[in-house]
Amino acid sequence: MKEKTKLPVGVEAIRLKGWWQAHRFLLLRRLSQGFFLLLFLLGPWFGLWWVAGTLAGSRTFGILPLTDPLVLAQSLAAGHWPELTALIGALIVLAAYALIGGRVYCSWVCPINPVTDAAHWLHDRLGLQKGWQPKRHTRLWLLGTVLAVSALTGTVAWEAINPITMLHRGLVFGMGFAWALVALVFLFDLLVSRRGWCGHLCPVGAFYGLLGTHSLLRVSATRRAACDDCMDCFAVCPENHVIAPALRGKDGETPLILSPDCTNCGRCVDVCSVDVFAFTHRFDRRVEGPSSPPGPSRQTVA
Amino acid sequence: MPAATPLSPQRRRFLTDTARMAGGCALAGGGLAWLARDARALPAEALRPPGALPEADFLGACIRCGLCVRDCPYDTLALAELGADGPATGTPFFTARDVPCEMCDDIPCVTACPTGALDPALTDIDEARMGTAVLVDQENCLNFLGLRCDVCYRVCPVIDEAITLELSHNTRSGHHAIFAPTVHAEHCTGCGKCEKSCVLPEAAIKVLPLRLARGAPAEHYRKGWEEMEEKGGPLVEGVIDLPDRLPGPGTDNLAAPGGFEPSFTLPAPGAGE
Ligand code: SF4
Ligand code: SF4
Ligand code: SF4
Ligand code: SF4
Ligand code: SF4
Repeated sequence: MKEKTKLPVGVEAIRLKGWWQAHRFLLLRRLSQGFFLLLFLLGPWFGLWWVAGTLAGSRTFGILPLTDPLVLAQSLAAGHWPELTALIGALIVLAAYALIGGRVYCSWVCPINPVTDAAHWLHDRLGLQKGWQPKRHTRLWLLGTVLAVSALTGTVAWEAINPITMLHRGLVFGMGFAWALVALVFLFDLLVSRRGWCGHLCPVGAFYGLLGTHSLLRVSATRRAACDDCMDCFAVCPENHVIAPALRGKDGETPLILSPDCTNCGRCVDVCSVDVFAFTHRFDRRVEGPSSPPGPSRQTVA
Repeated sequence: MPAATPLSPQRRRFLTDTARMAGGCALAGGGLAWLARDARALPAEALRPPGALPEADFLGACIRCGLCVRDCPYDTLALAELGADGPATGTPFFTARDVPCEMCDDIPCVTACPTGALDPALTDIDEARMGTAVLVDQENCLNFLGLRCDVCYRVCPVIDEAITLELSHNTRSGHHAIFAPTVHAEHCTGCGKCEKSCVLPEAAIKVLPLRLARGAPAEHYRKGWEEMEEKGGPLVEGVIDLPDRLPGPGTDNLAAPGGFEPSFTLPAPGAGE
């Protein structure tokens, strides 16, 4: 193990780039999450009805419809053919996320993300074991289950317990006991399974992941030759299995993180002290600097 | 079948993993199905907005966006909160006794609905059937006690069609009338204004979901008098219309005191041939 591997995560980046630069995307992400929530709260709180509705379905400036495609898919599975407004709304959302990466929803919009991020932060601070780690594709199975149950019961089944829409609806319309579900997700991630909910189980995340399979916006390990094996990106990435193929790719292998599991959170960009990662598009296969084997540094020492 | 070849470890592993996953999902799916179906029992005092599809269809159609709630100018509607309200979580409903539906002419709630869970085919609010009012407690209804409260009648947006006052003799006082508020489900929209305004501490008239409020005639029942009117004559030719036997004086019911002999005698069986 290299010396740098043992440094606390992010310290090197903060030292070299400054705190702000080393938390740029994290801060932007929190701003974005707050922004999207605030849009929905402007109405109920300040009587400013720019956006009405919830994440499941909304209307912006009285005209633009947006519909959560997964909720609508459940409705379709349940046997209801929706009106045009909802269909158009879903198509817009589908197109947007197909372009910028499905799981951008996870990192930049979903209100549960700050909850599970907080759970992970505490998990780290307390130095807890990673606990139960179901296979990553469990969420795909659950996605299938959700649609199957919708079809069998003829209801929009997942919405009976979906903590995401419940939390959002709770904040915008009234909480009831929805907070208990959110607390459950927090405790699950904290005590039962590290990154368990968003990383392994959430069928919404799975759906958006599938949606972004061919998305344009991508993170690329463009300067992977500069990697000094500090492992910080692996430590901060919520889906860290996506990094290795790009970062450790041999000559001629793409530096792009192409896994649909990547949430485009940009945390790896933040935390890398030598700026290996950058946002780019999926056709940009540039690799800067000498590629692997990267001079004397890596394989030899590691 | 070919001779059994031992499964390769990868394949065995794949199969056990798949089986395990399928089992887990069946379990989770069962739980979810139970929850989703459980939510189907809409409590009697919760009414769906105008134009709502029948409950079973509604639960497959409503995405719980709340746009109908937002566009209701009277704040009639609310989204059900988990564990606090009866209807399926996040679905819109109203409680007539709290805030009834004001039956807006332009039905903004229906217009707002992006999915058709509130059926856009409803364009005339008088056609809405959110439930139907039932005078559930004649013993406490002031009108039934012989007073002239009439409030439920007077507030009804479909007055004289959905609700009428039916006059009858007040046998208690002997010389007053009873104006019984009488709902005609055919015209009642279930708006709940009558229930809201009933002056009693607990309303004597309540809007109930149709499934509770209404009986249903058996498929094969025909109402003779309606059929006769339609046909313009007796349904079976050659049937003699016997005089009605009513009890009491002045009738031909011999069993009743004061009864008298019928004005004609039926021919004895076999006599008239
Ligand atoms: S995985 Fe699910 S809960 Fe987590 S951020 Fe994505 S949509 Fe939200
Ligand atoms: S690879 Fe980078 S951008 Fe993608 S999820 Fe991991 S940390 Fe976020
Ligand atoms: S008809 Fe008017 S008052 Fe009644 S629920 Fe709809 S918007 Fe509200
Ligand atoms: S507007 Fe339609 S889909 Fe949205 S909550 Fe109301 S009934 Fe449901
Ligand atoms: S619910 Fe009551 S007020 Fe409304 S239409 Fe029916 S009888 Fe009239």
